[in-house]
Amino acid sequence: MLRATLKSLLARKLRLVLSGLAVVLGVMFVSGTFVLTDTLNRTFDSLFSDVYSATDVSVSAKPKVEVSEFEGEQVAAPLPAAAIDKIKSQAGVRAAVGRIDVDGARVIGSDGKVLTSMGPPRLGANWTGVDAVMDMREGRGPEAPGEIAVNATTAELAGYRIGDSVPVLTQQPKREFTLVGIWGYSGDRDSIGGTQEVAFTTPVAQELMLGEKDVFTSVTVEAADGVSPAQLRDQLAPALGADYVVKTGDDLAEDSSASIKEGLGFFNQILLGFAGIALFVGIFIILNTFSIVVAQRTRELALLRAIGASRRQVINSVLVEAVVVGLIASVLGLAAGVGAGAGLASLFSSLGGGGLDLAPVGVPPAAIISSFLVGLVVTVVAAVMPALRASRIAPVAAMQDVATPDRPLTRISVAGTVVTAAGAAALGVGLFTDAGDADLWLIFGGVLVTFVGVALLTPLISRPVVSLLGRLFSWSVPGRLGRLNSGRNPRRTAITAAALMVGIALVTGVTVVMDSAKSSLKTEAASILKSQIMISGDQNGPRPPTFDPAVIQKTDQIPGVRAAAAMYNDLVAVGGDQEYVTATEDLAILGQAYGTTAATLRDDQIAVSGPQATDSGWQVGSTVTIQASRGEQHTYTVSSIFAENTLPGSIIMPGAAIKDFGITQPTFGFVRLDDGVPVSAVLPQVKALLADSPEVSATDQETWVNAQAAQFDQIITMIQILLGLAILIAVLGVINTLALSVLERTRELGLLRAVGLGRAQTMRMVTVEAVVISVFGALLGVAVGAGMGSAVARALEDDGISQIVLPWGRMGTYLGLAALVGVVAAVAPAIRAARLNILNAIAHD
Amino acid sequence: MAATNAGGPVAARADEIWKVYGSGEAQVVALRGVSAEFGRGRFTAIMGPSGSGKSTLMHCLAGLDTVDKGTAHIGGTEISKLGDKALTRLRRDRIGFIFQQFNLLPTLSAAENIKLPLDIAGRKPDPAWWDTVIDTVGLRDRLGHRPSQLSGGQQQRVACARALIGRPDVIFADEPTGNLDSRSGAEVLSFLRDSVREHDQTIVMVTHDPVAASYADRVVFLADGAIVDELANPTPETVLDTMKRLDKHTDPVML
Repeated sequence: MLRATLKSLLARKLRLVLSGLAVVLGVMFVSGTFVLTDTLNRTFDSLFSDVYSATDVSVSAKPKVEVSEFEGEQVAAPLPAAAIDKIKSQAGVRAAVGRIDVDGARVIGSDGKVLTSMGPPRLGANWTGVDAVMDMREGRGPEAPGEIAVNATTAELAGYRIGDSVPVLTQQPKREFTLVGIWGYSGDRDSIGGTQEVAFTTPVAQELMLGEKDVFTSVTVEAADGVSPAQLRDQLAPALGADYVVKTGDDLAEDSSASIKEGLGFFNQILLGFAGIALFVGIFIILNTFSIVVAQRTRELALLRAIGASRRQVINSVLVEAVVVGLIASVLGLAAGVGAGAGLASLFSSLGGGGLDLAPVGVPPAAIISSFLVGLVVTVVAAVMPALRASRIAPVAAMQDVATPDRPLTRISVAGTVVTAAGAAALGVGLFTDAGDADLWLIFGGVLVTFVGVALLTPLISRPVVSLLGRLFSWSVPGRLGRLNSGRNPRRTAITAAALMVGIALVTGVTVVMDSAKSSLKTEAASILKSQIMISGDQNGPRPPTFDPAVIQKTDQIPGVRAAAAMYNDLVAVGGDQEYVTATEDLAILGQAYGTTAATLRDDQIAVSGPQATDSGWQVGSTVTIQASRGEQHTYTVSSIFAENTLPGSIIMPGAAIKDFGITQPTFGFVRLDDGVPVSAVLPQVKALLADSPEVSATDQETWVNAQAAQFDQIITMIQILLGLAILIAVLGVINTLALSVLERTRELGLLRAVGLGRAQTMRMVTVEAVVISVFGALLGVAVGAGMGSAVARALEDDGISQIVLPWGRMGTYLGLAALVGVVAAVAPAIRAARLNILNAIAHD
Repeated sequence: MAATNAGGPVAARADEIWKVYGSGEAQVVALRGVSAEFGRGRFTAIMGPSGSGKSTLMHCLAGLDTVDKGTAHIGGTEISKLGDKALTRLRRDRIGFIFQQFNLLPTLSAAENIKLPLDIAGRKPDPAWWDTVIDTVGLRDRLGHRPSQLSGGQQQRVACARALIGRPDVIFADEPTGNLDSRSGAEVLSFLRDSVREHDQTIVMVTHDPVAASYADRVVFLADGAIVDELANPTPETVLDTMKRLDKHTDPVML
C-alpha cells in the first residue's frame, strides 16, 4: 500500500510541487525569523562583550527612573566626583576613572545636516585617554574646552578632518569645536556597532551632556593585581551602599545583551505572528490541493478499495502523501529560511549604519525543530479532511464513470454560521470588555476563528456572488465559459478565495483602523489646535530631536505673534508607575499658543488631564510625588484639571522641573499668531531663527498635521509588507487550483479546441476563471476586514478614535490588485491549457 | 490503391498522405501514402481493424493532426499548410465533430452545447435551420438539460445537432455509436443518414462496426496504413464479407 502511495505521488510531481510550495514559504518565514534573531543575538553578545572587555568593574549611580528597552533610553543618574575618591580609597582598587557617556551628542555634518542613527546611540563622552581596545588614528585627545575628538565612523559620516570646525548639538544649543583627534578600535574597526562618539574634555562633557559640574555617569574601576573583577565588585558594593550599582564588565555586557534580546524577542514574536498567518493561509491551500487530488484519484482509490484495501489504508495513503510533502517542504523551507534570515540580518546591519560585525549565521535548534514541526503539522492537519473523504469512496466508483454528485452545502453552512458567530463573539468580548491579558488572545483567536467560519460559509456565498461577478465577463464566449467553470465547484472556488480573503481582510482591517485614527486626528487637530505654526522634527535616532529654547523667546518678539511656547518631555516615576510628562516655561502662554485658557503653574503645581486624573484618582488639591530622570523627587499639588487634548500631554509640570529632565531642550514649539496675520508673514522668520537647530523645522499647521497622519500610513505599509507573504501564498493557491482544474478538464479543453475555440480564447477562459476567484476572495476580504476594522476602531473610541472611516479608495485598490493577481496567476495554467495537444486531450483519461 | 469518388464535387481529399509516429525501432508508420476523396453530400464510412490507421486518416483530414508528407484538402483549401489559428477557424466554421464519448461540456445545457461553435464564432443560428435540426434529433423538450441529465443516446444526438447546426462542409464522426446500445446507435445512425439524404450534408465516419458502416453510401477499407478496398451501397453482410476477406490477406501474424 505504501509503495502504491509513493508511486502515485511521484507520478504527480506537479501537484507535489504546488502544494508543497505554500508550506515551503510558511516554513521559510518561521525558520528565517529564528535564524535572524539568533544571528542578531549572538552579534550583540559579542558586541557588548567587546564594549566592556576593557572594564573590570563599573560603578554607576542607581537610576532615578528605571526604563526598559521598550520605553526609551535609560537616563543615568549623575554620580558625584566625591564618589571617585571614595572608590579609590577602597582595597583592591588600582585605579578609578570617572566617565561620562550620554546619548545625545549630535554632530552636524559638513553638509549642514545632523548625523542620523537607525539605532546605535550618539554618545557624548569625556576624554579619558586611549584604552586597550582603542587605537588613535590621527591627532590627539581634546585638551582645551574648544576641542573634541571623534571616532572614525563619526568623522567619516560627517565628512570632517583634523582641524575642521565641528558644530555639535547637546543638552545645550549648537556649539562649534575644533576637531583635534580621530580614533578607531582594535581590529581596524571605525566604531563598535555603529555608535557615533564625540569626546570632550571632562568639564565640557559635564556641562554639555549632564548640565552639572563635577558629576559623572559611571566610574570605571581597575582591579589591583590578584583581585578578580567579581571579587572587587563584591567588595565595592557593600562599601558604597545601595545608592550605587556595581557591576563587572561581564555583568554589563550580559545586561546590555539581555535588554537588546528582550527587544529582539518581541520583534521575533511579531514576525512569528505573521509567519503564523502565512501558514494559516497555507493550510487552506494544502486542504484544497489534497481535496482536488482525492477527487481526481477517486477511481484509483475505489479500485484499491475494490481489491481489498481497508478504509484505514486509504486514509493512511493520503496522510503518507501529506507527510512526504510536509517533510520535503520543511527541509526546503528550512534551507530557504536560513538564506532569508542571513539576508535580513545583513540588511539589518547595513540599516544600522554598517557598523555591526555580524556573527556568522547559524542554524539554531529552534529553527530546525519549528520548521519540521510546523511543516508536518500544517500539512497533515490540512490533509485530514481530504483523507477522511477519500476513505468514504465506495468501491463501485471504480466501475462507474465518475459523476460525484454535488454534496449539499447545508451542513458546512450551518457549521460556518456557528463558527463565525463564535469567532465574532470572542472578538467582541476581547474588544469591548476588560478581560486583562486574555483580551489579546480573545481578539487574536476571535479573528482566526471568524476566518475559519467565513471560509466555511464561503461555498454558500460563492454561488450568487461568483455568478454575479462572472456576469461582468459574460459578453464573450470564453468569458462565459470561465465564469461557468469558476462556479462549477463551489468548495474549491471558496477555499481558494478564502485563502486570499485572510490576507486582504487583515490588511483592510488595519487600514480601516489607521485611516479612522488618521481622520480623527485631523478633525481633532483642526478643532482644538489653534497654533498656526509648529516647531518639531522627525525622529532621527534613539533620542528625540530638540531645538534651542531661545528660538521661542525670539519668536515671541516677532511682530504678529500672539504667543509662542515650548514643550519638554520626560519619563518620570510617579509612585511605582512610569508616566510621560510634559513641561513648559509658562503654562498660561502654552495655553494661549495652543488655543485654550490656562493659568501659570507655580513651581510646586502640576496640571493634569481629565482621564489622567480619573485613572490616578487625583482631584484639584491632590498632592503627587514625582521623580524625574535627574535630581531629587518633588511633591506637587494638582492645581487644575483640563479637558483631554486641550493641552499637549496628560501631566504638565512647571518650568522649574525642566532642569531635572533627561533631555533639557524642548522637543516641540507652538506658535499662535494675532488675528488676521498671515502665516506666510511669520513662518520664514521662525525658520530663520531655527538655522542653528537643524534637527527641527517650522511648518504650518496643516503640513504638521499631515506629517503626523503620515505615520499611520507607514504602519499600513509595514503591515502590507508583512502580510505580503500570506497573500503570495494565496496567489499560489489560485495558480494551484487553476493548474489542477486545467489538468482535470483536459478532455473538455480538447473538445473545445476541436470545435473551434482558439488559443487566445482558451487563455482568456482560464484567465476569467482566475480573476473571478481572486476578486471574489478580495471582495470577501475587504468586507470581512472592513467589519473587523470597524469593530476594533469602535473599541478604541476611548483612545481617541472618534470616527470610523472606510478607506474606499484603498479597498478599491485591493480589489483591482486582486483582479491583477488573478491575471498573473492564470498565466501558467492558461498557457498550459492553450498548448494542449488536441488529440491527446481527447484521448485523455 | 486510391479511393476515388465516382465523379461529383469533392468535400475532402487526401493526397499521398504519410504519417509516421516515433523514430528508430519504435517507429510506427500509421499511413503509407493514402489518397482518398470524399464526395459532397455523401455519407462515407472508413473501416479497418485496430491500428489500421483509420482514425489517423480522419484526424489528418480534419486538421486535428499534421501530416508528414502529402496534402489534405477540405473543399478547395489545402489544410496541411495552415497554422493553428487558421486551423482553429477551419474547424470552427467548416468542420463538425462527433466523438465516441465526451462530446459535451458538462457546464452547458444541451441548447448551449449545440450552439457552442456558433457562439465561439460569434454567429447566430438560422432560426429555421435550428428548428429543423432540433426537431430532427427530437430534443426539443430536453434543450434546457445538462449533459449529466441526458442518456448516452441523447447526449450523442446533442453532439450530432452541434455538428449539424453550423452546416459545415464536412462532419467527421469517430465511432459515434461505439458507446451506445444497439437501439440508441440505430437512432443516431439513421439520423446521420437522413441529414445526408435530406439536407445534403457530407459525413465521414470512422467505425469498426459493419452494421454502422452499412448506413453509409460507401465504405473505404484501410489496413496497415493503406486503403485496400472499397464498397458502394454496403449492407452489413457485404461489409462483413469484405472484412473477412481482408483479414485473410492482411493479418498474417499477430505480433
